[in-house]
Amino acid sequence: MRRNYLRGVRHGIPIGIGYFSVSFTFGILALKYGLSVFQAGLISLTNVTSAGQFAGLTVIVTGATLLEMVLTQLVINSRYALMSLALGQKLAPGTNTFCRCVIAFSNTDEIFAVAMSSPVPLTTSYMLGLSTIPILGWVSGTICGAVASSLLPANVQSALGVALYGMFIAIVVPQTESNRKLLFVTILALIFSSIFYWLPVLKDISTGLAIVICTVLAAGIGAIFFPVPESEGGSAS
Amino acid sequence: MNIYIYIAVMAGVTYLIRMLPLTLFQKNITNRFLRSFLAYVPCACLTAMTFPAILYATKSPISAIAGFAVAVLLALKKRGLVTVAFCSCLTVFLVELFLR
Repeated sequence: MRRNYLRGVRHGIPIGIGYFSVSFTFGILALKYGLSVFQAGLISLTNVTSAGQFAGLTVIVTGATLLEMVLTQLVINSRYALMSLALGQKLAPGTNTFCRCVIAFSNTDEIFAVAMSSPVPLTTSYMLGLSTIPILGWVSGTICGAVASSLLPANVQSALGVALYGMFIAIVVPQTESNRKLLFVTILALIFSSIFYWLPVLKDISTGLAIVICTVLAAGIGAIFFPVPESEGGSAS
Repeated sequence: MNIYIYIAVMAGVTYLIRMLPLTLFQKNITNRFLRSFLAYVPCACLTAMTFPAILYATKSPISAIAGFAVAVLLALKKRGLVTVAFCSCLTVFLVELFLR
């Protein structure tokens, strides 16, 4: 049990380092939007997700409705539902409901990817170990970014503004290169998103809702015209 | 509205999305449309979040376009997350030095 935990911790170290740098920019952004260091840290500790938090921050700042918050999180994080389904298949037999509830908390894109590449069934202690460093990195990065935001020069802050997007690009672009269907969906999303950003009337729709609409449209059209083969696991990532 | 209500709703929804499938459903999704839709969601969503928002994420659209281009090029070369993000930031920083 202890050996499994430590094996998980070791596998989680690179994820934790990556998380620290990304959540650092989340901390900076949260303070720029008027949140406190505590509130920024609390969001990271309770959510442990990049895209959802950045979108949620926009919802908070624009003072949108709670329904909009629910919808935004639901659509942006809907991929986790699929990941949790897949992860559930790989858990060691006899993993009870309580353990599943704990494991679910930190089922992020990266932790999921590492866990699924494990050659052996996943025990609860391994999953706890795997989550430890990433959660620490995510929360401490947020707090450090939030605290440092007032100390960093304006041009450094401006440069860090693209950090998160750089990470998103690093996730999306390599996948689309080898997958034409995914490339089609990605270009669709890019076109819809540009339309919602620049066209009159449509640009007045709040950012959070626009992301939801663009995602549903692009993924929906993709699913109609290019359904994934029956044999595929169902995850494009 | 109280910011902590927003945070609670945000965390609650995110957790339920992760927790419910893991505890309630032990079987795989069989509906092909739903599976395809879910498979396309991550890329569609990240793209909609990135573009065109990235163009306005820095002090000037020119530095942002440079950062965007560098990120796409490095991503095509399959560099890791941290490398792509860091080089994109560095590009923005350097371009803004010249813009002044």
